[in-house]
Amino acid sequence: MAEGGIIASGAIRSDTQGTVLWGFTRPQALAFGLLLAFMLVSPFFLYPVFLMKVLCFALFASAFNLLIGYVGLLSFGHAAYFGMGAYVSGYAAKAWGVPPEFCIILGGLVGAALGLPFGWLAIRRAGIYFAMITLALAQMVYFFCLQAPFTGGEDGIQAIPRGVLFGVFDLSADIAMYWLVAAVFLAGFLLIHRIVHSPFGQVMKAIRDNEPRATSLGYRTDDYKLMAFVLSAGLAGVAGGTKALVFNIATLTDVHWSMSGEVVLMSLVGGLGTIFGPLAGAAVIITMQNYLAEYGSWVTVIQGIIFVACVLAFRRGVVGEIAKALKVKL
Amino acid sequence: MGDTILETDGLTKEFRGFVAVSDVALRVKRGSIHGLIGPNGAGKTTCFNLLTKFLQPSRGTIRYEGRDITRMKPAEVARLGLVRSFQISAVFPHLTVLENVRLALQRERGGSFDFWRSEKLLRRYDDRAMALLEDVGLTGYASHAAGELPYGRKRALEIATTIALDPKMMLLDEPTAGMTHEDVSRIVALVRRVAKGRTVLLVEHNLTVVSGLCDTITVLTRGRVLTEGDYASVSRNPDVQAAYLGTDPGISGHVAHA
Repeated sequence: MAEGGIIASGAIRSDTQGTVLWGFTRPQALAFGLLLAFMLVSPFFLYPVFLMKVLCFALFASAFNLLIGYVGLLSFGHAAYFGMGAYVSGYAAKAWGVPPEFCIILGGLVGAALGLPFGWLAIRRAGIYFAMITLALAQMVYFFCLQAPFTGGEDGIQAIPRGVLFGVFDLSADIAMYWLVAAVFLAGFLLIHRIVHSPFGQVMKAIRDNEPRATSLGYRTDDYKLMAFVLSAGLAGVAGGTKALVFNIATLTDVHWSMSGEVVLMSLVGGLGTIFGPLAGAAVIITMQNYLAEYGSWVTVIQGIIFVACVLAFRRGVVGEIAKALKVKL
Repeated sequence: MGDTILETDGLTKEFRGFVAVSDVALRVKRGSIHGLIGPNGAGKTTCFNLLTKFLQPSRGTIRYEGRDITRMKPAEVARLGLVRSFQISAVFPHLTVLENVRLALQRERGGSFDFWRSEKLLRRYDDRAMALLEDVGLTGYASHAAGELPYGRKRALEIATTIALDPKMMLLDEPTAGMTHEDVSRIVALVRRVAKGRTVLLVEHNLTVVSGLCDTITVLTRGRVLTEGDYASVSRNPDVQAAYLGTDPGISGHVAHA
């Protein structure tokens, strides 16, 4: 599909880099084509569970990046939406036998529903205060999950069944589950891309660039920020809900503040405000965690070093630096 | 509605005991270019922020088009056609020059909450945006990121964006601050051109600009209105001369910088 679009579309441009397909610039369309190809062949030579983990976190990081990269809001409590998505999706699958497609949707709805009041409170403040409010609210969710009966406390919810997709496809095999996760990721990724390149996205980016000016043009910026927040929280919930099905568990780790930190790290390493950055960041961090697992707690130290190196030397992140070197938008 | 488009009564703003704007009564005539001048710290920008609701006044009222806007939010005031610019040039640096102007045109759609639609929808504004850019001499820059423009061009872009809203009244905060001489004359010509059929309230440090442009000038010092009138009468006023030369010797230096 991607290839057809590149050839077919004309060159009517409205901005710097003409778009060729679904609002992708030519380099983005190329990268997207490569991504599709990789997603198609990778489960045959890489461990599918690892790939699914990457994709779940890539979606989570992309959702987070929607806020920080395109609206300029640093949330430090995104674990709340991810984790609650995981809990509710997992609980629905296990206790009520809800089919997986609805579990994932439910995860998204829970994330969005939680994001609405939390976002409403947090956008009243800017900068570090915004981050602190999101963190505080997320900590409340953490302690709620520790105490609430349905979450299983310290044990979490275990042995969550993956179920049967649309009543037809049994997901218990990893490869079957992989295709579902890949589809969910792609849908989320394309939705985020569309959001960024929509009339709404234009206003989002304007707010990121200069909020007082956006206000002076007559935009009620708080409404736009809240909308972006809810969308981001909802997508984080989808990622969490999917993750619960992949690993059959939803635990306190998913709502812990270190999860919020991890998603910041992934986005930063990949490149804030780039569409492919969070995916690259998630891939780098998850790969490190998996392949460096034998070094035990040194993983955290290595992660810390990478984080510092990124902030000092590659401020645009992996994808951001590549984009800059090639002078393209990615 | 009458002759006055904007009027304030007893407008006062206090910051923790410091009175930045004190009991200001301002009448801006419809269709005029009204200058607001005064030495540094006279409260001009605070006054501006009050009028555009970026600050809430401590006391006093603001009426625009006969309507009390004292308690309104900044975005609402902008929707009524009272649009401001900023002292530090206000563009959206990571968006293209065209997109900057288009964001103002896009306002006619009402809210832009449609996140599921393509931004191609906005191309219908491209022609008008280009016409506005041509007006301020930025045609060649349409696809550049606004942040890359030189300073003077950023101000021109800002004015084009403001005009795109077709405001009834424009408030320009030091439109020529920090500009080179050629840029200043270009902006002055531009302001004069776009002021046709509108009302302009303009804060300015550069007295040459004020003398050439403004029909009426209000002089502020220490938050209060010192005097008001046309340039000739204001500049002859000994209090004004004292305020500028006596307490703020920096003014001549400032003009030289500009």
